[in-house]
Amino acid sequence: MADAALPEPRRRGALGRLARRPLALLGLLIIGLTVAAALAAPWIAPFGRDEQLFEGLTLEGAPMPPGGAFPLGTDLLGRDLLTRILYGARTSLVIGVVANGIALFIGTLVGVTAGYFRGWIGSILMRFTDLMMAFPALLLAIALAAIFSPSLWIVAMVIALVNWVQVARVLYTETTSLAERDFVQAERAIGAGTGRILGLHILPHLLPTIIVYGTLGISTTVLLEATLSFLGIGVQPPQPSWGNIIFENQTYFQAAPWLVFFPGMANLLLALAFNLVGDALRDVLDPTQRGRG
Amino acid sequence: MAGYLLRRLIQAVLILLGVTFVTFFLLYVLPADPVRQIAGRSATPETVESIRKQLGLDQPFWIQYGRYLWGLLHLDLGRSYLQRSEVAELIWARLPPSLLLMAGAIVCELVLGLTMGIVAALRPGTATDNGLMIASFVGVSAPQFVVGLLLLYLFGVKLHWLPISGYGTFSHLILPSLTLGILGAGWYSRMMRSSMVEVLRQDFIRTARAKGLTRRRVILRHALPNAILPVVAMIGIDIGIFMGGIVVVESVFGWPGIGQLAWQAIQRVDIPIIMGVTLVSAVAIVLGNLLADLVAPFIDPRIRLR
Repeated sequence: MADAALPEPRRRGALGRLARRPLALLGLLIIGLTVAAALAAPWIAPFGRDEQLFEGLTLEGAPMPPGGAFPLGTDLLGRDLLTRILYGARTSLVIGVVANGIALFIGTLVGVTAGYFRGWIGSILMRFTDLMMAFPALLLAIALAAIFSPSLWIVAMVIALVNWVQVARVLYTETTSLAERDFVQAERAIGAGTGRILGLHILPHLLPTIIVYGTLGISTTVLLEATLSFLGIGVQPPQPSWGNIIFENQTYFQAAPWLVFFPGMANLLLALAFNLVGDALRDVLDPTQRGRG
Repeated sequence: MAGYLLRRLIQAVLILLGVTFVTFFLLYVLPADPVRQIAGRSATPETVESIRKQLGLDQPFWIQYGRYLWGLLHLDLGRSYLQRSEVAELIWARLPPSLLLMAGAIVCELVLGLTMGIVAALRPGTATDNGLMIASFVGVSAPQFVVGLLLLYLFGVKLHWLPISGYGTFSHLILPSLTLGILGAGWYSRMMRSSMVEVLRQDFIRTARAKGLTRRRVILRHALPNAILPVVAMIGIDIGIFMGGIVVVESVFGWPGIGQLAWQAIQRVDIPIIMGVTLVSAVAIVLGNLLADLVAPFIDPRIRLR
């Protein structure tokens, strides 16, 4: 099995090149910290997730500004903002991984099927993809999320439904050109089955693209979840999400801007991190760039 | 050219037809009952049924959809369930503020994005370049509602430089445009940078330098026009991104455009308005993409329309 060992050093090469990019490392660091915060939330959070603290409100009933026992302040109900942001990381990551995973799956299925089989199946699938491109994605997501009774899983489904399109388009183009290549034609000539060609020859070549779009897609997904939750049609309180923290406290934000600033920054940093890593991965994994630098 | 245009227009009509079908179908099968919204909670079952009948919602799907298409053929987008007026009139009245907002956003993203991209491309690999490219990443990673609320807090609440919300004067336009444009500014600065770097590598730039032109003249007369055009040609594609963004931005700033109209309609399950806004957005997206494809060969003669 000499050739099974081949991809290994190459992959390490890609990781090595990734590690030499400071921005990608910064991105990985932010992602790592967010994952750690999400996993360890019950242990590192200073208070209970939904705990309404008596000391969390001023005598007039206003939220407490950052400082003292509440490093990031408290919200309108006297809950500790740091605690809620830590738990909110769970929401963002779960949606990011689940919704984006489904979108990648649909996109890959549609793109590869259309690109490999062409014919009427391919035409129908790609015309449908064109149609989805003409939809205002955010508007569609908002309408769908609002009509269903909102929950974490509905939000994930809605995001997946509007986000698979780009992946499908890109993979379609790559698959059509791969299917024409000599090594695939040769496989077909010696009688290899469709499953073997797709699994052994097409998909491995698409993997870099899938990884890049998968990473960049998490950023879009995280932002979309926050937007839906900010409009009140995403993840529902008391389960915290960086978007619904802002939604819940929006009326009071002129007096308590920290209630927008901290969850907003958490959101921005996580989206930024996935963008930085995805962009670096694109440079590192793109075969056309390989050997250039 | 005429044949290409005709084919693209037929394609556009088919896509729009598909958009109406998918939207209509989704709104038909989804568990939202507009009649409940209209009748109110205390309505008797008889009232609910009579309203359903009156709106034609007791009819089978194909008849309802057929009626909608028939109306579309006569440029009739139907009547709002809750507001006593024509959807076309409602959208028409809300269109100018949204177009103004989008125009403002285009100005913001071009001014910010192109400037950042050009400056970065002229100093590749320096701290300025890296700083600007990080800024462009922040631009594409920032949630619009957060940007909006923070700008509003800083310039409206703290500094009192600009109004917090509303519509009417130039100063009302600044913050919403900036909020809607920041995402695009991030993309444009990255595209502008790579376009400019690419152009600066070309032979004609070397020739221009070799014949002794000043750096300033080489950049302004030879490099910039060639680098800017392909980037600006992407504006058509922005329209689709704006159509979603205006829902959020108009809601943050109380801007009376079609984004706000759509958001109110979605909350009240006012299906004719949701259909109308989706269709208008899809038309804008399709036309925007067509525009982007049509201008491409004029900018770069190597591109041929197929």
